[in-house]
Amino acid sequence: MLITDPHLESPDDFYEALIDAHRDLSAAQSQTMNAKLVLLLANHIGELKVLQQALQAARDNTLAPSKSTKAETPT
Amino acid sequence: MASRERDDAPIDYQALRFDVLPPPAQGGEMPRHPVVVVGAGPVGLSLAIDLAQRGIRVLLLDNDNRLSAGSRAICFAKRTLEIWDRLGVGQHMCDKGVGWSVGKVYFRDQPVYRFDLLPEPAHERPAFINLQQYYAEGFLVERAMALPLIEIRWRHGVSGVTPQADHVVLHVDTADGAYDLRADYLAACDGSRSSVRSLMGLETEGRVFRDRFLIADVKMAADFPAERWFWFDPVFNPQQSALLHTQPDNVWRIDFQIGWDADPEKEKKPENVLPRIKAFLAHVADRAVDFTLEWASVYTFACQRMQHFRHGRVFFAGDSAHGVSPFGARGANSGVQDADNLSWKLAAVLQGRAGNALLDTYGPEREFAADENIRNSTRATDFITPKSEVSRLFRDAVLELAREHAFARRIVNSGRLSVPATLRDSALNSADVDAFEGAMVPGAAAADALLMRQGKADWLLREIGPGFTLLVFGPAPAWAAALPVKLVCIDGSALIDSEGWAARRYDASPGAAYLFRPDQHVCARWRSPTEAQVRRALDRALALA
Repeated sequence: MLITDPHLESPDDFYEALIDAHRDLSAAQSQTMNAKLVLLLANHIGELKVLQQALQAARDNTLAPSKSTKAETPT
Repeated sequence: MASRERDDAPIDYQALRFDVLPPPAQGGEMPRHPVVVVGAGPVGLSLAIDLAQRGIRVLLLDNDNRLSAGSRAICFAKRTLEIWDRLGVGQHMCDKGVGWSVGKVYFRDQPVYRFDLLPEPAHERPAFINLQQYYAEGFLVERAMALPLIEIRWRHGVSGVTPQADHVVLHVDTADGAYDLRADYLAACDGSRSSVRSLMGLETEGRVFRDRFLIADVKMAADFPAERWFWFDPVFNPQQSALLHTQPDNVWRIDFQIGWDADPEKEKKPENVLPRIKAFLAHVADRAVDFTLEWASVYTFACQRMQHFRHGRVFFAGDSAHGVSPFGARGANSGVQDADNLSWKLAAVLQGRAGNALLDTYGPEREFAADENIRNSTRATDFITPKSEVSRLFRDAVLELAREHAFARRIVNSGRLSVPATLRDSALNSADVDAFEGAMVPGAAAADALLMRQGKADWLLREIGPGFTLLVFGPAPAWAAALPVKLVCIDGSALIDSEGWAARRYDASPGAAYLFRPDQHVCARWRSPTEAQVRRALDRALALA
């Protein structure tokens, strides 16, 4: 089961490290790095079902209008 | 690579032209044949031989009188060789073919990784041999011609198919006139552009890949090892892929992806092929290599299948029923497995041992296998030829990671090893009542194992068949002699599992038994069966219960 409750050991440190890792990279290099990051993390997780849930959650969140967007959408 | 030619096989199979006979004498009642097979390729020939060995008379029609033009299918997998062993041609194929197990993958000009299909020990046949299709067909034709129950009519093309209630009427064209005949059953093994399929107004559905590939067969005295080399985005063919494969007679297959916009007629002209080969050789060989171009062709492909492989008394097998990309060698190999599945069922029904319900199982079993093959070859194709920017991004990321990290090598897909489908959901299986480990579940094609029979090396697959076989790990049960099966007992005296391979592969305990169908697929197994259990499983495997 995909963990979506808070689980990161140190969220601020992680976020800083994530942004830092992309320092001085072109947009294309960042894309490549992100792809490699996904693959490395996927291998670490291993379990297909969890990976599928993560893919679905990311896709749904991308496609679904957020709550605030909904509120601003004229009816 | 050292030459592996057999000096005793001087026949030029590509130059063979078989005698074309006029239509048979007409008059009286329309002749009736139990089985007519259309198409004398690897699938049709395998089916005809298998049927004839089972005592069924076969008429084989082909609209040409030559063997395959060019090398075409060259990778024949272990399971195909095992089926051909049963048909009496496996050894000939292996003697002529080149075995290989090592593959190397390159990304741009860097080696990414090397794999070894590592043939497991204690199997008679290797993972693959490479052999030109004209040799495979030639050896099958020689075998078919030696069987009196097979009649082959070359350049007799089917131009009409009319299904009737209890037979099919065929209209056959020859240069010397047309004739009609009746078939109890018709097997369409006539390839991707099947005339039987179009005459019946049937279609295939699936995905057409908008891409083209140039195949060049090159004869050269190169000292490359007998390995499969695959390039993603190589400098000699940028943004595309390329493949080098070995064949007998110092012939090498070079396969270049050339893209959808390439003009096939132009690309296969020698003046356009030769510069590609020279650029390729300048990149991969460390010295100048003389070569001659044997054959060049441009192909495209679709991953597709017919919705149903059985239509009444007409059965579709091989490329007529399903198409795959060439990556993974699942075309001819899966077609031979179609033939392997169909022949014993047709024979059982024609000989009155089973009914129509058995023939009904051909479709679901082979459609399931086709789906598996299509899935695997589509995945390989999507990896080799990414269809979107993000797909290419991830593909290249995998290849770059693969240089350093073992996990990414497992994702690299330049074609997966062709293995037989495990028919887990077949209606002919009896569900397990006892617990077993390992791969030999009901529906699996039997795994080979090294045995000893009276002091000599023997192979488990050589012991199984031609009909149903009951394999017992121990002495024969008293009731077994009365069963309509071949009984094979690994009893430690006549037949010995000397190194324990069979027991390991079949998770066997003393007294355990496996029931195999005539096509060597497991259909039932027990730790300690009763006569009633085996009889019920036999009835079920013939669709009688």
